[in-house]
Amino acid sequence: MLKVKVNDIDIEVEEGLTILQACEIAGFEIPRFCYHEKLSIAGNCRMCLVEIEKSKKPVASCAMQVTEGMNIKTNTSFVEKARKGVMEFLLANHPLDCPVCDQGGECDLQDQSMFYGIDKSRYKENKRFVPEKYMGPLIKTQMTRCIHCTRCVRFVREVAGVPEIGAIGRGEDMQITTYLEKAMESELSANVIDLCPVGALTSKPYVFEARPWELKKTESIDVMDAVGSNIRVDTYGWEVKRILPKINEEINEEWISDKTRYSCDGLKYQRLDTPYVKKENKFKKVSWLEAFEILKNKMNLTNPEKIAGLTGDLTNMETLFASKELFSKILKSKDLESREKNIYINLSNRKNYLFNSEIKGIEKSDLILLIGTNPRHEATMLNARIRKSFLKNNTEIFSLEDLGDLTYPYKILTNTTEEVKKIIENNSEISNKVKNAKYPMVIFGETALNLSSSKYMFEGLKKFLTKNNKINEEWNAINVLPLNASAIGSYDLDIVCKTNDTLEKIKNNFFELIFLFGQDNFSFNKKNEFIVYIGSHGDKGAEMADLVLPGAAFTEQDGSFTNLEGKLQRAFKASYPPGEAKEDWVIINEISKLTGKESLFKDKNELSNAMNSYISSNKKNDNSNLFKEDFIKEKISTLPIDYYHSNVIARSSKTMNECRSIRTRLKKTGTEG
Amino acid sequence: MSIKKVSKDQPDKFKFNNQNLNLANKIILNYPSGKKKSAVMALLYIAQKQNDNWIPLAAMKYIAKFLDISYINVYEVATFYSMYNLKPVGKYYVQICTTTPCMIRGAYKLVDICKKNISEKENELSSNKNCSWTEVECLGACISAPMAQINDDYYEDLNMKQFENIIKDILKDKKPKPGSYRGRLNSEPEKNRKTLLENKNA
Repeated sequence: MLKVKVNDIDIEVEEGLTILQACEIAGFEIPRFCYHEKLSIAGNCRMCLVEIEKSKKPVASCAMQVTEGMNIKTNTSFVEKARKGVMEFLLANHPLDCPVCDQGGECDLQDQSMFYGIDKSRYKENKRFVPEKYMGPLIKTQMTRCIHCTRCVRFVREVAGVPEIGAIGRGEDMQITTYLEKAMESELSANVIDLCPVGALTSKPYVFEARPWELKKTESIDVMDAVGSNIRVDTYGWEVKRILPKINEEINEEWISDKTRYSCDGLKYQRLDTPYVKKENKFKKVSWLEAFEILKNKMNLTNPEKIAGLTGDLTNMETLFASKELFSKILKSKDLESREKNIYINLSNRKNYLFNSEIKGIEKSDLILLIGTNPRHEATMLNARIRKSFLKNNTEIFSLEDLGDLTYPYKILTNTTEEVKKIIENNSEISNKVKNAKYPMVIFGETALNLSSSKYMFEGLKKFLTKNNKINEEWNAINVLPLNASAIGSYDLDIVCKTNDTLEKIKNNFFELIFLFGQDNFSFNKKNEFIVYIGSHGDKGAEMADLVLPGAAFTEQDGSFTNLEGKLQRAFKASYPPGEAKEDWVIINEISKLTGKESLFKDKNELSNAMNSYISSNKKNDNSNLFKEDFIKEKISTLPIDYYHSNVIARSSKTMNECRSIRTRLKKTGTEG
Repeated sequence: MSIKKVSKDQPDKFKFNNQNLNLANKIILNYPSGKKKSAVMALLYIAQKQNDNWIPLAAMKYIAKFLDISYINVYEVATFYSMYNLKPVGKYYVQICTTTPCMIRGAYKLVDICKKNISEKENELSSNKNCSWTEVECLGACISAPMAQINDDYYEDLNMKQFENIIKDILKDKKPKPGSYRGRLNSEPEKNRKTLLENKNA
């Protein structure tokens, strides 16, 4: 520990901290543009100048380490003069177009010039003009405003791992651009908009939409993948204007993926705002009363064992629990299923379906084995952590198959189940590497769990890792990477058919009445079933339905989501359902009333309490070994997911459509080399 | 100096010839393993020499792949340094030093000759496309002012007539003899003078 003085306050700080960090510990904020906690230090904006006793010149505090006995001053007239000088130079070429700039109101330069700017410009020369650069459908550029902090350049190189932005030219003529102005090929690209301290990089879909102070800000949870990134939803009236990341060091740090950020315009289009009934292959608007009447008749006519239900990928846990209660208590049916495929899930212990090493744990991992998963597309934020781990520990990463660019190098093994068998039987060099690694990780994707020998692979590897003490109190090396935001929540609530045949029976047209609770990714050949769709968007599910009951999207109702690590998080209501649509749990509650009995829940509180007590009473700690030698040689090839079209909201989003068409066009012409 | 723009006419392909390939591999060996990207500047220079004194985009891509770095990394370096040419400058690239000592000894007369014989403007190809000229800062040959550099060679102690002949030669694709045009060897004193003793004003 080093003893330093900041503005005559004595503090002790760790060795290796910078002066800026020490000042922050002492409670003094230092203005900065180029410095960012998550990026490497550049030290080129010079805004963070401070005075150090016995130093004649002011010192850039972000780039200098503290030393013993340093006497730092941040509030002297010397410091103020230095910072004012820096600000004057920064503003020399900066256009003062705040009234037409989208960053206005949340601009670092604007805020800091309130303290360090001078009221008049002494700069008489012409200001520099820089032409706009094309950076893809998400990022709007106005490069004249750029102050060359290079945060965006460092971000794409360090965090995103797609070095496509750079600074060309030099001195006053330096320009930030992508190589030959191509669209960035990264799923994290839009984070540079948040990083940009000025209005040089702003959001293209959100251009001139609203000012930050007009928006209502609600904390929520992302549903585009199972990571459960923390987000802030900004609404103007009913409309969700934008989605921004909220800092959560354990999950998404301070980034979110492009899909999380920009699929929000999908909440405006293709929405179901009134109940519909299908008559002669055409949808007809009906009132809620009529819709419920039709459903009531159908329910009374149908035998309980001929009723099935499927829950969706974006459904919150309250809705899941309500539908579970509806099926078990009212409809008396056992066929409620949350999976889209019959993937292998062992519900006897919670540790069998979680990402046990945790997202934060990836950082200390020294060996990662990917089995049937492409983390870059299935869980972008998790992939960014793997890259971070690779940069930090030089982690060895293996994949059974070639997955293309994952933003970090990895070794490719053979993509058959035989490779896994060899590891389990200790016949492979990977087995030795796993044994020698301190914190190894095995990540199972849903593709691997969907194979015939998935049980063999999962339980076998679990046994192998347990035997070698890689699954213990401190570290659990086995991880499952689910695709859907609702996956872990529904496993926690046991919404998995016990006999494992619901999906099969649906495909064989066994049922007469099928409820789809926001399920849009499951398709089968419909015959005489009566399908009820409860959900927010007119997509695949609503298309095959006979009765459509309009529900709410994830931003329009309070709800809980459990992320892949098993963390239960709350998403708050930011907006309200459109038209006559209702919150999902209300619809289910009213369906329960149709059978003449009392409703399932009095209010949302009762529902939440019942759900919480179900989860806490449902202890899953069975450690029995289910390993059996039922090996089948199969090929493991990760199903490519349509990244920009993976769920209803993304499919309805114009921005996502644009991103998708650009990405596929790039692939077709092969312009990458 | 404003930002350097890349040429609109770009060749489709670029590849090091065998000799340069060997040279490039040798240069990479100068750096520790895993740090071969440090060779980017040397390789850009080799590419420039191979391709008539300018670097096409294809060469930047080739070098990026050669060194396992991204295109933008090479592009940044190539746009940063003024001695990498991103547009065709001709097989003979004439650089005239116009810094003070050369200027006093008549560098601008050389510039006028270039304007007359090569092209009206700086950095513009001659009508037969094999030559262009530019003004540069001090080339460190003040003792032999005025001087010009054509490709790798210095042409020193020039007068107008000699320089005009040089330019006419290169326009005809003939390489003139480099070095001093007053018969000096390197920067030796003229008329075989060894000391300043007999010189009254020294």
